Formats: sequence, C-alpha cells, structure tokens
Amino acid sequence: MLQVEGLYLRRGNQPVLHGIDLQLLPGQVVGVLGPNGAGKSSLLSVLCGELQPDRGHVTLQGRALGDWPGQARAQRLAVLPQVASLDFAFRVDEVVAMGRLPHATGQRRDAQIVEAALQAADALHLLDRSYLALSGGERQRVHLARVLAQLWPGQDGATLLLDEPTSMLDPLHQHTTLDAVRRFADQGAAVLVILHDLNLAARYCDRILLLEQGRCHAFSTPQAVLTPAALKAVYGIDVLVQAHPERGHPLIIAR
Amino acid sequence: MRPRVRPRTLFVCLGGLCLLSVWLSLALGPVSLPLLDTLRAGLRLLGLPIAEDGLQQAQMILGQIRVPRTLLGLAVGAVLALSGVAMQGLFRNPLADPGLVGVAAGAAVGAAVAIVGGSWLGGMPEALAPYLLSLCAFLGGLAVTALVYRLGRRDGQTSVATMLLAGVAMTALGGAAVGLFSYLADDATLRTLTFWNLGSLNGASYERVWPLLLVAVAVAAWLPRRAGALNALLLGESEARHLGIDVERLKRELVFCTALGVGAAVAAAGLIGFVGLVVPHLVRLLAGPDHRVVLPASLLAGGVLMLLADLVARLLLAPAELPIGIVTAFIGAPFFLVLLIRGRT
Repeated sequence: MLQVEGLYLRRGNQPVLHGIDLQLLPGQVVGVLGPNGAGKSSLLSVLCGELQPDRGHVTLQGRALGDWPGQARAQRLAVLPQVASLDFAFRVDEVVAMGRLPHATGQRRDAQIVEAALQAADALHLLDRSYLALSGGERQRVHLARVLAQLWPGQDGATLLLDEPTSMLDPLHQHTTLDAVRRFADQGAAVLVILHDLNLAARYCDRILLLEQGRCHAFSTPQAVLTPAALKAVYGIDVLVQAHPERGHPLIIAR
Repeated sequence: MRPRVRPRTLFVCLGGLCLLSVWLSLALGPVSLPLLDTLRAGLRLLGLPIAEDGLQQAQMILGQIRVPRTLLGLAVGAVLALSGVAMQGLFRNPLADPGLVGVAAGAAVGAAVAIVGGSWLGGMPEALAPYLLSLCAFLGGLAVTALVYRLGRRDGQTSVATMLLAGVAMTALGGAAVGLFSYLADDATLRTLTFWNLGSLNGASYERVWPLLLVAVAVAAWLPRRAGALNALLLGESEARHLGIDVERLKRELVFCTALGVGAAVAAAGLIGFVGLVVPHLVRLLAGPDHRVVLPASLLAGGVLMLLADLVARLLLAPAELPIGIVTAFIGAPFFLVLLIRGRT
C-alpha cells in the first residue's frame, strides 16, 4: 500500500503538485487523469521515489519510501515508464525475466512467471523474438509483462505504477492490457495508472484522481468524477455523459 | 531472430581457441620451436615429470620470453575486453569504447611525462625506467578518469552524458599535451614515445606481468557478479533503480574497474586500441547481449584476439616486430565500419 499526504512539489519556482493526498489500497485501481502538464507524470515520479517532494512524505506499507533497501522495495513496488529505451538485441523472454531480478525464486519458477506474465500481457507469441524487431506497441506490452513479472502474482502488498500503458496500443490491446491490470488488482495488488482515454478510465478504474494544474480537482468514483461540469472545468471540453448500456459505468461522448 | 550460439558451445570453442593460441604464441616467433617440443617444454615448466632431453633451448625461450609475453597478451586482451563490456553497459551503447572516460588519454600523458621528463633529467636509472613509465601511465589514467567522473557528478548523481562529453574533452586535452611533449622531445625520445603509443607486448617480463595479472583477476572476479545489474542498466537508469539496483554504486564500480583495468593494461603494454570495442560486440553478435554470457566470453575472446594479433605482429616482418596497436587497429577499424554499415541498413 502506497500513501502520500500533503504532497507539494516545485520545479524551479513553479509549483507542479499542490496539496495532493493519495492512498493506493490493495485490490483497487486508481486512474490519474488530467490535461497535458497537469502533473500526472511528476506525481508518478514522486510516488516511485525518482523525485523528492518539497513537502509531504511517501510511505510504502507504512515505511518511508527512501528507507526501503532497493531490493526489498523492488519486490513490492514496480513502475512502468512511458517509454523504455533498450538498444541491445535481447530476446523478449530475457527482457521480461529482468523483472525477476529482485527475487531469488530460482530459474524454473522464474520461467513459469515470465510465461504467465507474457500471457497476461497478450504477448506470449513474442516469447523468442528479438526485442529490437518489435513494434512500439509490442514493446509496450513486453514491458508491461516485465513489471507484472516483477510483482507476480500481484498479491496484497504489491504496488504497481503505470504511466500511460496504452498510449501505443490498438483498441483490442488497450482493453487486454487494462484487463490484465484489473485482474492483477483483483489478486490484491494496489495499482495506479495514468490514462488519457476517459472511457477506458471509466471502465477499469475504481477511483479516479482528476488533476488540474497540479491540484486535485476531484478524487472519487468514476461516476462522481467524470461529470460534464468537471470535464468542462478541467479539459475545457463539452461532453455528454451517459451510462454504459451493458455495464453501467459512465460513457463520455464529446458533443 | 538470428539463431544464437549456445553459451556452452561458445565457451567450449573459446576455451579451445584459447589453448590453441597459447600454444602457438609459445611456439612461434623469430626462433620458431617445433610444436611438440613446445608442448613438452610447457608441461615441464608446469612441473609435470617429462624428460629434459633436447628441451633445454625450448625451455629457456619459453621460460624467459614467451611465457611472460603470452601471459601479458592474455591479461591485456581480457582486461581490455572486460572494460569494453563495462563501458558499453555504462553508456548503454554497443559502440562505446573503454577509452571514452579518458583513461587511455590520461595514461598516454602519464607515459609522455615519464619518457620526456626522464630524458630531461638526463635519463632515468636504467633499472627503474620501465617501472616508472608504467607507474606514471597507470596513475595518469586513474587521475584523468577520476576527474571525468567528478565532472559528471552533480547533486549526488552521475550524469553519464556529461561524463561522455568530459571524456571527449579530456581526451582532446590529453592529445594536445602528448603533442606538446612530442614537440619538445629529442629524436630518440620521440621514437620511444611513438612506439609506446602504438603498444607492444615486446620485452614482457614477469615483473611487469604480475601487477596486471592481479588487476585482471580482480576485474574478472568482480564484474561477472554484477552481470544481472548490468543487464538491468541497459533498460535505463531509472528502470534499473525500480528493479532494486543501486545504480550510483554500479556506475562507480564500472568506472573504477575500467580505470584500474585499462590503466594497468596500458601501463604494461602501451596503447592498444579496438580490442575493447570489437570483442564484446563480436560476442554479442554470436551469443546475444546477456552479460552473464558476454562477460566471461569476452574475457576469453579478448585474450585470444590479443595473442593472435601479437602473432601477426611478431611474424609479419620477422625478425623485426610490428607494434601490436597497428595490427589491432588494422583489424578493428574495418570491423567497426562494417558494423556501422550493417547497423544502418
């Protein structure tokens, strides 16, 4: 479980995050939404310890994030960045196996986990391909499998942070990816995912944090957050919100 | 994807090649020995009970000249190749060279100071000259690398990009300093300096080999322990941190191993280029980029390449000897160009 209170972050003289309170609970998927420059990626950087906040403390399972030894932290907290650069011709299964580096579960168990994680990310057929030969979307799924393998099977106590995991994916794989993330949370993991697609967020997230210029505009269920008034205020777009005819979650339609 | 050579096959082949090149390196030279005699004399030197009849000459040549020279070649090749792997991992670029952090330039300046400065002082004591030269080269390489590392640091973080640029600048500065010393040197000193800059395994003695062997063993024992971390570093620094790696410590270790290894290699054998660049690359082409394979395989392949290059150096114009740096550059530079062209298509 990852928690932050009264988070304040400056870059230069510009405040980029202001008074953010956030709790990632086991079994829940929290979506972070907001226009470009609202502070979504900065928030993720603070939550994973890459940036030090000017005020507020990040705690992982009740212990300050900086106090965790690297390996123990990596067993509990995994991060999927927006783009990963890798210029060496690793096989796909080797890339995913890097996720097992913080663990000492043995080669056989690791190989099973690598396969299961690739399956979850719908990338098992890429298993013995060269990473360099993959398309952008395929690479994104391989890295998703890598962070899933790092926390596999996603039990209580695992925290997963994802920065736009669907940005390069086709519609089918946007859904398979978030399905996998959803199932991971159902196992007990706490998940935070930055998204741009309002409808994907409405469908897969338990709660949504709507950021506006570094401040929390709203933090609640999709029904409560994704209202025409809130989206007009934050994004400046006019939308209709209806209930999904089969699933009931909000469906956002631009007018 | 292109099929890879299995690690076990690769190690068996490289091990065989290594033994073969050691054998040839012991047998061939201005005075070539019969291969069988070489083998028997070599085994005798290792302490095996073999009759001495007719082996006196072979044993003397081996014991005094070829064994230290072969050990030097193996150690220099292994250390340069391992340093190449370390730098290509640190800079996350398959075309990085161990000279990038300024260690070779620093060693060259150290050597120039020793050679030219020594001649100004009326010549160094004959017995001490090679040691002083090696020591100055080693310290020069270490000092410049330490400076480059310092320049790359800000707020407790090491910027690899800044280090790269600082290394380029220090290499240019080192080149200018060596140029200045060359300009000021007299003809005989200039010749010594020039030959040193081209590298050679000539005149190897046990005294010069031991320090390098120690460094080689230390680097060869340490780097493979970090193979998993090096793999993770190729994903990116923050990705490696998220996988629980202490990235700052890893970078420090990689720079230190390289400074120590290349410094000691250059101190013992002069500047020998391209081995550190070409060997790891060749190994990755054959067996893939996993450092658990690349590190030990580069160690073996580096030794083999160096011994073969040395054979060319001493046989091509025998009894005269070509500086080995010329041979490695003639092999390495075209190879590098082929890689560039292939990479583009």
